Amino acid sequence: MIVNLGFGALLIAFILCIYGAAAAAYGARDGRDPWLASARSAMLLTFPLLTLAALSIIYALVTFDFQLDYVASVTSRSMPTYLRVTALWGGQAGSLLFWAWLMSAFASAVMLRDWRRDREFLPWVILVSLVTLGFFLALIIFFENPFARLWQGVTGTVFAGVWQPAGAIPYIPIDGNGLNPLLRHPGMIIHPPMLYLGFVSFVIPFAFAIAALITGRSDDRWIRLTRRWTLWAWLFLSLGLILGSRWAYDVIGWGGYWGWDPVEIAAFMPWLTGTACLHSVMIQEKRGLFKHWNMLLIILTYDLVIFGTFLTRSGVLSSVHAFAQSAIGPLFFVFIAATLLLSLYLLNRRWESLKAEGEMTSWLSREALFLVNNLLFIGILVVCFWGVVFPLITEASGAIGEWFPSLRGIFSGQRITVGPLFYERATGPLWAGLLLLMGIAPLSAWRASTARTLGRAIWKPFAISLLVLAGMLIGGLRSFGALLGLWLCAFVLLVTAYEFWRGMRARAARGENYFAALANLMARNRRRYGGYIIHIGVILIAIGIIGVEFFQTETQGQLAIGESLEIADYRMEYESLSEWNTNDNRLVDRAVVSVYKDGVFLRELYPRRDYYYESQQAMTIPGVRSTIEEDFYVLLVEWEEISASRATFKIYHSPLINWIWIGGLVFVVGNLIAAWPQAEAYDARLRRTAPAGARAEAG
Amino acid sequence: MRRLILALILGLLLGFLFGYTASAVLAQGEEPPAPSDNEVNAIAKNLYCPVCENVPLDVCPTQACIQWRAQIGDLLAQGYSEQAIYDYFVAQYGDSVLASPPARGLNWLIYVVPPVAVLLGAVLLYRRMTIWRQAEELAAPQATTSDYNQRVEDELEARR
Repeated sequence: MIVNLGFGALLIAFILCIYGAAAAAYGARDGRDPWLASARSAMLLTFPLLTLAALSIIYALVTFDFQLDYVASVTSRSMPTYLRVTALWGGQAGSLLFWAWLMSAFASAVMLRDWRRDREFLPWVILVSLVTLGFFLALIIFFENPFARLWQGVTGTVFAGVWQPAGAIPYIPIDGNGLNPLLRHPGMIIHPPMLYLGFVSFVIPFAFAIAALITGRSDDRWIRLTRRWTLWAWLFLSLGLILGSRWAYDVIGWGGYWGWDPVEIAAFMPWLTGTACLHSVMIQEKRGLFKHWNMLLIILTYDLVIFGTFLTRSGVLSSVHAFAQSAIGPLFFVFIAATLLLSLYLLNRRWESLKAEGEMTSWLSREALFLVNNLLFIGILVVCFWGVVFPLITEASGAIGEWFPSLRGIFSGQRITVGPLFYERATGPLWAGLLLLMGIAPLSAWRASTARTLGRAIWKPFAISLLVLAGMLIGGLRSFGALLGLWLCAFVLLVTAYEFWRGMRARAARGENYFAALANLMARNRRRYGGYIIHIGVILIAIGIIGVEFFQTETQGQLAIGESLEIADYRMEYESLSEWNTNDNRLVDRAVVSVYKDGVFLRELYPRRDYYYESQQAMTIPGVRSTIEEDFYVLLVEWEEISASRATFKIYHSPLINWIWIGGLVFVVGNLIAAWPQAEAYDARLRRTAPAGARAEAG
Repeated sequence: MRRLILALILGLLLGFLFGYTASAVLAQGEEPPAPSDNEVNAIAKNLYCPVCENVPLDVCPTQACIQWRAQIGDLLAQGYSEQAIYDYFVAQYGDSVLASPPARGLNWLIYVVPPVAVLLGAVLLYRRMTIWRQAEELAAPQATTSDYNQRVEDELEARR
């Protein structure tokens, strides 16, 4: 009953999407406000309807309604309740529904703002939001329906379908297949929702940009209206990526945090364009430059969000042929192509009115450096996009080889793998360039900045950073890459600290104590100082990455009980291994090892292997001793059955790795400071007190 | 007594001969030391099995990948070089087993396109910047700015 209610709500939401989009387009003209109000109500209604649909699936998951194909495929009776709830995003159909539900939540939240001042944007924001939402609902209803039930036909075959076919009877399995073991981790409770939140919230700035293009508003109003949305979208996406890296470290059993896996890259690409956009919109706000570029970036971000969902949901990553066979793959492809072409057409139509209001005069001005920053981010995007797409091209090129046999040597159709080495080598110099810019750009001036003025601003932190470099050399560090990376990190940290210090000193000169000066500085200019804290977070992450990339060591060996394996200053001794079955259908093999550092016993660790009977998959869970300076990470690789007298272990020594997640926390704090809504009230206060001319400029 | 000494010498000689022959035979049959797990992993790190997508062979826990690693160990023990082992797996399963695509045929594009794209972007940026600066110079000729600045300076001076 509840499930039927959910399915009904899903259908009505889809119909409302079609109606609302049409009503919004019709109501865009002056004098058709009732239609517009009706479209807005349709948009608002999708949220409770999709909430009902999502809750009904959660209800089915929690109550083991195994007649639903989705429930049977992602849950089992042995799974705890919290995992049954998170199974909503543990499979294809549920993920799409979850995506659509979050999308409706965000779009509805936008509808609740005061639109009187921006009435002309409203119909187009509704239209874009509802078309995107409607596309996802169509995929769910017609191709990946979580409400599809299992039926047994006359011949005894079991199949899934929404409606009961003639002669078929309901089929209810005794138990389900259970969730993929990799997804049974506490990190999975929050990692996918954060990524999806990031994805869907980037739809909102895109909707405003399209509204600006359609209405011909060439000022930066759409940016001012959406900059906080963009920051929140960016925060969610960043958080999703950071949590994902932690989940990978804990669950995949490889001692790493980022594998340049195409699924990771799919989420990373919109982050790259989003980050570039967050920087370049500042130039439009300050100088009226790069209007075309900002439009292009937000269009790219939107289509990369859809492309990322397409990559992970269409099966294209497994094989081009899987994509062709999947029902939703070609539809995604058509949707991406249509939205991209239409957006570019609109941009082209407004090209003249979006011409820059000013010129750039200096290579060292902040706007020029921001432009170089954008070039580097787009460079990294090209590497990522090409690395993901090229294997698909080589595979698909086999068709040319078949048509023209003489070209089969080139177009062999052979699939290739693009591993981490390609990405690391291709993006390494670009990341180094971005770090350098993070050090220079905050101290360069808008408009005119000469080498002399920049040098005057920068020499103090630069000189101290050289001392840090000298210290590292004296300390015995010789790796060129590590020296360069750590020196750049030191430079950026010093520049950022210097910026804080200059601001605090200026306020302190007016009689404030330094703590109050710092608090007021940040409260008055949240975006700027929040941004600096984000930079500090990025640098801490960079320090962690440099630690792992340049200094991580590993070793593997087979040990008899009582024997030991050594790495860096650590020694690990194999004590015992035991095996048992758990209530949730796992076979657990757990080793006990003792860890010593410099000969001193530290603690026991328990690396283990969990074998899930339902899905017949194994999970390698590491034993980790974590400190702020390094991790000792041990994996149980193999062991002798029954006697367990010998077992193989792999151990990793990962210096500085925890700074990746500490930096992630700092990053989030900075983002919260920059995006916190109270800043809007401050802006409004400023507008009220500003002279009329300034107000017009700000508006 | 003489017989006893002769017997001892003969015994020692026989013992020596037997021991020498036995050790020579044993040395011939002795297997070279088995490759270590680290040697196997150093090669496995650069390989992917066709089934476990995007999981490097050195860390993949599936049974098939454990067998592949054992196979690498066997090949190393047989005296295969690192490159010969890569070639062996490519011949068996195709280029997709390699972590880095071999630079041949169409694969050149994977290495060429990103740097060319970045360079192209840099050139475009440079040209755009040059045009902007020229436009700025045309819009605000130096002489006018200097004249204006001079007037401001003169008037400020007059007020002092």
